[in-house]
Amino acid sequence: MRKGEKIIEAFLFGCSALTLLTTAGIILVLSFETIGFFKDVSLIEFLTDTEWTPLFSNKRFGIMPLLAGTFLVTAISLVVAVPLGLVIAIYLSEYAPGWFREIVKPVLEILAAIPTVVYGFFALVYVTPWLQALFPDQVGGFNALSPGIVMGIMILPLISSLSEDALYAVPKSLKEASFAMGATKLQTVRQVLIPAAFSGISVSIVLALSRAIGETMIVAIAAGQQPRLTANPLVPIETATTYIVQVTMGDVPYDSLEYKTIFAVGMTLFIITLVLNNISFWLKKRYTQAYR
Amino acid sequence: MEETLEKPVGNKKPKMTFESKGRTVYYQMQDRIFKYFALAATSLGLIVLVLLLYSVFENGFGRLDWDFITSLPSKRASKAGIYTAWTGTLWIMFLTTIIAFPIGVSAGIYLEEYSSRNRMANLIEINIANLAGVPSIIYGLLGLEVFARFLNLGASVLTGSLTLALLILPIIIVSTREAIKTVPYTLREASFALGASKWQTIWNQVLPASVPGIITGVILAISRAIGETAPLIVIGALTYVPFAPTSPMDEFTVMPIQIFNWVSRPQKAFAENAAAAIIVLLSITFVMNAIAVYLRHRSQKKVKW
Repeated sequence: MRKGEKIIEAFLFGCSALTLLTTAGIILVLSFETIGFFKDVSLIEFLTDTEWTPLFSNKRFGIMPLLAGTFLVTAISLVVAVPLGLVIAIYLSEYAPGWFREIVKPVLEILAAIPTVVYGFFALVYVTPWLQALFPDQVGGFNALSPGIVMGIMILPLISSLSEDALYAVPKSLKEASFAMGATKLQTVRQVLIPAAFSGISVSIVLALSRAIGETMIVAIAAGQQPRLTANPLVPIETATTYIVQVTMGDVPYDSLEYKTIFAVGMTLFIITLVLNNISFWLKKRYTQAYR
Repeated sequence: MEETLEKPVGNKKPKMTFESKGRTVYYQMQDRIFKYFALAATSLGLIVLVLLLYSVFENGFGRLDWDFITSLPSKRASKAGIYTAWTGTLWIMFLTTIIAFPIGVSAGIYLEEYSSRNRMANLIEINIANLAGVPSIIYGLLGLEVFARFLNLGASVLTGSLTLALLILPIIIVSTREAIKTVPYTLREASFALGASKWQTIWNQVLPASVPGIITGVILAISRAIGETAPLIVIGALTYVPFAPTSPMDEFTVMPIQIFNWVSRPQKAFAENAAAAIIVLLSITFVMNAIAVYLRHRSQKKVKW
């Protein structure tokens, strides 16, 4: 009996330790191939060169154009999602009647359950033609704006839902004190609730940012495959994630330099999202301490 | 606040001057305007969802028929179907579940019932939170190196399932823990008092009480897995497979990859195929989510500890 219990406990521990192995595996795999990559390409070239052409005969290995593409699309998605998400969060938590909130919240969360390839379809087949009709002759068939807007819709529920939780967590007494002073709801939201829920709101934004950076299919379908160092949202670009998809869909032999590039790009993505996620944990810890 | 309302002195009411009254009206106006603006913004979110669904149905509904579901892929858009794609998705769903479900639930049980607040438990907890934030395409790179190359499983259904299992493990672990947390401690104490061992208590009391919560989490995780595209492309899943997989070692494609493949072609007929396939994929996703929401709702209603 005793022994059986010990075996079960050991098995259960093994299962939870598997998550540590996963992380170790990710770091090892990425490091191993990335080190191989940096035997041929210098870190300085990787970080400072302004062109990314590993698949051409004239090979250049500057990560900047890929990161520029990634950040351009991400920035557009945040411009869409942050104001909209915040206003929705404020409306649902402060203004909306209970029944409205009960219906709208789960419906908005459907947006988060839709597979991203569907958003890619929507961006390429609908949003891009609309943009082309809106700005004739300026918008390319592939561009950063269309997937950026659509990605903003994808991360919208993340921001609205987490921000609403943060607004909700502000103690009622603070709100009541503000109302007692004669403040309107809007004044209370602006001057009491948002400052008090600030770190919770920032957590939602950082998480959305991290999600947008790692998002693949929307940009792979609608943003193009032309790494380019530009801030122009109307021309084709390529994001870091799209590059990995592009290479793995082609016939690149294992252990070639081209093969190793996807791991160097993956390592860059991994580090950026890891830093962002940990910033969000830190913020979250800080705000749960503040009001308990 | 910028208003300088007169301070009340003693019992005297503050004097309401014309100016401050005007200002109050102004702020109330502002509040009302914001309310309607916010309602419009919220509706915008809903409108976009409707537009998205409409755009898919408008394009794809006409293409959706029995032949489309039972046909193999083809170079001719009008003849192409999703047979290999949905069989691939079923295979992936099945294998991913039988790999991730026992491991994820076991890990959740360990973290909630066994591990005391020691450093190891802390480390595992931070680690799981971090894993949940790793982009899915990175899991693809892990699967490509470890399962496809190192273990020599190639671009098989098994490689895809193992990769997706790792991807959804954090979701299953977290929801298992949440479900177990809702079981009150008195239940365990009663079980211990009757002489049950720790594992007997977990197996006979804690797990049955937390089944709805666990199942809800697993269904949501699986529905996430069947929508994933990027990691499967990275491990080498094909975009064109002439036969449906018949064993875990076969090469495969899945619905999202088939959709990606069709969307990427310039001809409008293929975009219609993609839309029709999306209707099927979304139906699966929504049905799974609806089941999960229903289970959660029912379990919240039924049991009040």
